[in-house]
Amino acid sequence: MADMTAAGDEPEILFWVGCAGSFDDRYKRVTLAFVRILNHVGIKFAVLGPEESCTGDPARRAGNEFLFQMQAISNIQVLNGYNVKKIVTACPHCFNTLKNEYPDLGGNYEVIHHSQFLQQLISEGRVKVADGQPFKGRKITFHDSCYLGRANKVYEAPREVLASLDADLVEMKRVKANGLCCGAGGAQYFKEPEPGRKDVNVERTQEALATGADTIAVACPFCMTMMSDGVKNQNREDSVKVYDISELIAQGQGL
Amino acid sequence: MNVIQQVLFAVALIAAAVIITRRVKYIAGAINLGRPEDRSDNSGERFKLMMLIAFGQKKMFTNLTVALMHLVIYVGFVIINLEILEIIIDGLLGTHRVFAPYIAPVYPFLIGVFEVLAFGVLAVCVVFLCRRYLTKVSRLQPENHEEMRPRWPRLDATLILIFEIVLMIAFLTWNASDSVLRDRGIGHYGELKGIVPDFLISQYLKPFFSGMSDGGLVAYERFSWWFHILGILFFAAYVTYSKHLHIGLAFPNVYFSDLQPKGEMKNMPTITKEVQLALGIEPNITADATGNAAQANENGEQPSDLGKFGAKDVPDLSWVDVMGAFSCTQCGRCTAACPANITGKKLSPRKIMMDTRWRAEEIMTGKQKNGADYTDEKSLLGDYTTVEEINACTTCQACVNACPININPLNIILQMRRYKVMEDAQAPASWNAMFSNVENNQAPWKFSPSDRFNWADEINNK
Repeated sequence: MADMTAAGDEPEILFWVGCAGSFDDRYKRVTLAFVRILNHVGIKFAVLGPEESCTGDPARRAGNEFLFQMQAISNIQVLNGYNVKKIVTACPHCFNTLKNEYPDLGGNYEVIHHSQFLQQLISEGRVKVADGQPFKGRKITFHDSCYLGRANKVYEAPREVLASLDADLVEMKRVKANGLCCGAGGAQYFKEPEPGRKDVNVERTQEALATGADTIAVACPFCMTMMSDGVKNQNREDSVKVYDISELIAQGQGL
Repeated sequence: MNVIQQVLFAVALIAAAVIITRRVKYIAGAINLGRPEDRSDNSGERFKLMMLIAFGQKKMFTNLTVALMHLVIYVGFVIINLEILEIIIDGLLGTHRVFAPYIAPVYPFLIGVFEVLAFGVLAVCVVFLCRRYLTKVSRLQPENHEEMRPRWPRLDATLILIFEIVLMIAFLTWNASDSVLRDRGIGHYGELKGIVPDFLISQYLKPFFSGMSDGGLVAYERFSWWFHILGILFFAAYVTYSKHLHIGLAFPNVYFSDLQPKGEMKNMPTITKEVQLALGIEPNITADATGNAAQANENGEQPSDLGKFGAKDVPDLSWVDVMGAFSCTQCGRCTAACPANITGKKLSPRKIMMDTRWRAEEIMTGKQKNGADYTDEKSLLGDYTTVEEINACTTCQACVNACPININPLNIILQMRRYKVMEDAQAPASWNAMFSNVENNQAPWKFSPSDRFNWADEINNK
């Protein structure tokens, strides 16, 4: 972003990579898949790079409002400094925080989740899954992220993205508004769970496996980890894979 | 004899009115223990929401069978209560079915509708008792849910169902005994002979009464009439002590419920002030709640009192949260949807609401006994709800989504987390580590901020 601004240029959109997309080895592959799609389509986008900082979501959900606002207000200074208008992010937590919680602190942007962005590209015909259909006959089930679904009512965009793959979409028992959490939200990801009978991600993974799908599609870095761990817990990592929707689209395009 | 009955009836009516007024004041006082919060915005949208969700019971219809059964009780409750108007006038004036001669053509139809609904209510209440005790619907079972183990919640639920059944039996048998008296042309009962026919359901109950003497019939007619109306008055007073307040509070509770996206946490403007000062930014936020603090800062003074951060006790919550606690029917749909509860953690959103109500009542009763300034050593967080419970929440909003009347247990949980971290400075060690990473490394993990863009090497180096 700094380079673009220095060159007097303005991007169409700012890609907010998020901490997981920047540092988590598994989710970096999602970042790359999404960037490959953006480059392939010829979207002029920018990232903040080292100027990006945690949105503060986990701090806020854990109760540390002070730390959240420190992060938020610093980020807003950076974003406003570059006169950012439109943001896309592959993380539902960043999405929710940037979209719903930054306006109260002076950060007003059009914020969309990468599932919505991909849906737009597909409906505009700018992204087409190649012939030869690597997904034909495969069963995919989509796991709703709480902060995308219930929190912001984005249920259809990721499903429409998956529908473009011409795969067999199968739904779990608890979906959309009734979707079951992966267990990571509310800063649970950053601590051990409280004592109980079972881990939430195992409960959810069992439900996903019961659909008979060979691919569990997710749209959130934390769901990605929780569901992948769940699949390992059930000893199914050889037969069942967890992918982000942008990875599936990138695969479909041979990127 | 008639005059004595009239006087007794008036006394019963006044007594009920006094008790109910006192209870309404008590509950309003308890709700007002909560902090003020302005919810006068978007009245059009709020009204629409109330009509859909409270009046129209939209969210109940996620389970069609249960929704229809609940609808029978709801419609029955509202419509049968029209008959109470006639009962009250009869009671005060000493008349018998005062409306019948004036609306003779529709009177049997109206009573017929009431009877069908009464029978429906009776049947559904039996089914609901069966769901609780025979088919054992999981979310209602004390074995599965700690908060249902104390005696009162279970007794309350059972009493109210039995009560409805008994009241409906009284109403139907009253009509039946009255019909037999009318047929026999006894006293004022006979005056309606030829004007009022038998009724839709109670005609089938007449055989039970046809063998009785005239005196016995009159006695039963009077008994069932009195039992029915005293029962209703008792019910009205009882409801104010019970979980069944939702029959009234569901409407304001939905009207004043949160309109923002479920994922949005409310901002704390006092913190914004502090953070802006810490970052050296000119405080310029618009939130009106901080108007005073802003002025103090312009004069170069620190505001003396920032108030408490988050919630430790009921008075720290918003009045909307406390109203939610009094509106809660303990149906447990929230808890049945909660991922923490499903996997055996201690957290139950229903318990959060019940705890809030019990604590609000404890404070309110204490104030009534010992004066308005009374405080005790207890608090909601600690004596009722534990840290283990609030820390188990994934903030997934399934509970908020599941509540048929838009109660928000999540908001209370998050307020308590804020208190725990910001006032008590207590958080699980790994959360403290996460906090320090966010603060020092700008990410929840301990990576170097300068490595944030390294993912792009793979593309750039191609």
